Amino acid sequence: MKLFGYQLPAMSSLLIWGLLWEIVGQVELTFFLPALSEIFVTLSEIITTKPFIKALSETGQAFFLGTFFAVTVGIPVGILMGKNQLIDELLLPWVNVFLSAPLTALVPVLMILFGFGLKSIVITTTLFAIWIIILNSRAGVKQINPSLVEMAQSFGAKPMDAFLKIYFWAALPEILSGVRIGFIRAVKGVIIGQLLISIVGFGALFELYSSQFLMSHFWAVLLVLFAMAFTISEFLASLERRVSYYASKR
Amino acid sequence: MNDKTTSVNAVEVRNVYKNYNEVEALQDLSLDFPKGELTSLLGPSGCGKTTLLKIIAGLIPTTSGEVKINGKKVTGPGPDRAFVFQDFALLPWETVIKNVSFGLELRGVAKSEREAIAEKYIVDVGLAGFEHKFPHQLSGGMRQRVGLARALSVDAEVLLMDEPFSAVDEQTRRKFQEDLLNLVKNENKTFLFVTHSIEEAVYLSDQIALLLPRPSRVSEIIRPSGFRHKDVDSIRRDSEYLDIVDRIWDSLRTYVE
Repeated sequence: MKLFGYQLPAMSSLLIWGLLWEIVGQVELTFFLPALSEIFVTLSEIITTKPFIKALSETGQAFFLGTFFAVTVGIPVGILMGKNQLIDELLLPWVNVFLSAPLTALVPVLMILFGFGLKSIVITTTLFAIWIIILNSRAGVKQINPSLVEMAQSFGAKPMDAFLKIYFWAALPEILSGVRIGFIRAVKGVIIGQLLISIVGFGALFELYSSQFLMSHFWAVLLVLFAMAFTISEFLASLERRVSYYASKR
Repeated sequence: MNDKTTSVNAVEVRNVYKNYNEVEALQDLSLDFPKGELTSLLGPSGCGKTTLLKIIAGLIPTTSGEVKINGKKVTGPGPDRAFVFQDFALLPWETVIKNVSFGLELRGVAKSEREAIAEKYIVDVGLAGFEHKFPHQLSGGMRQRVGLARALSVDAEVLLMDEPFSAVDEQTRRKFQEDLLNLVKNENKTFLFVTHSIEEAVYLSDQIALLLPRPSRVSEIIRPSGFRHKDVDSIRRDSEYLDIVDRIWDSLRTYVE
């Protein structure tokens, strides 16, 4: 970013907003927004406490499991849909329905089906992430140059070879961007699951702090969550950049 | 007598029909491809020459009729054939050496062995030093050399080339054609070559099969004989070469809109 001809350092917009936040907090405009410095003080206090670490590990575990299933099921299903017209026509309506469905409204149903424990939370997380991963993998396969597939066939590729050595790699740029968006949705999914199903993890912390009007605590947890989501998203974006050298030349 | 023909012909196409729904792409097509020679399939667009090549490759099934490679019926792709693609069909995420050894990789050859073989053919096609480059770092002509090296490295008896030089520039194409003539001379392989360029077909071929559309059939088989042994530089000035080019153009001109 440039301002009046001067090159501003990276993330300078964050600095500006942080400063504004601090000012609004210091003049005590609203209890909803405590000063940023106060939030960081609170954060440093709670981050080493047992309840926080427990919440972090509960949320981390549910998030990891949920996204694991979303990726391991979503990518192969998406590739199969892109490859096979029949499977595509069978599944595409459902994928589109669930992509736009208000999944939060489905959570009570999941609770009846799968109980009040980790299982339901993981399934909620998976359901938030998987549809966009499927759709992106499918789109990646749809744009494969057909002569690459013919080439593999002509050299005697078995279906599994073609799957692993052609389809997966050729669709990888799209798959990665689907995974990135899916993971961000999974952050939402895991918190909603922990709020609605059983009050555990970060969901429980949000519930506790907001009901007690502990706004600086609330914002501290939100900042941690944002930092985690941002790190994951940036990591996946860097993987995307690593395959971009062939994304435009397939 | 049947024994004799199978020993001379690497590829035999017998009464092949191919229909796409209502459209007849090939109608009762029969053609022989003598061993160790280069045969061109030449014709206007829409005459089914690429379809025929892909049927021989085993990539497309026939509607009826059969194709034999060394007397053995084709039921799908096989290690006796290798394909060179018009658009090169390289894996853009792999380096040159990985691309060249890809056919061997699919055949289960160990990594060190297949890369040694690939290395040899990379040198043969003139790409030494480019082993670890990616396809997008190469020119069109160099990319097709990668495609050619990949087809050569699996050591198939029959090389199927689908307009391999049509996507490279004129000067590169000429160089390619000279290299291909040397390849035909030195490698004991059978080459099937699809082209829409009359000059290219006459320059390269031991046998030219002229295909005409509506319905697709072999209208004529031409075997240039006088200049085949000549030096690559003097072929284009040979009077037989020029006569054949003229004769083919006479047959084709009515099909060109």
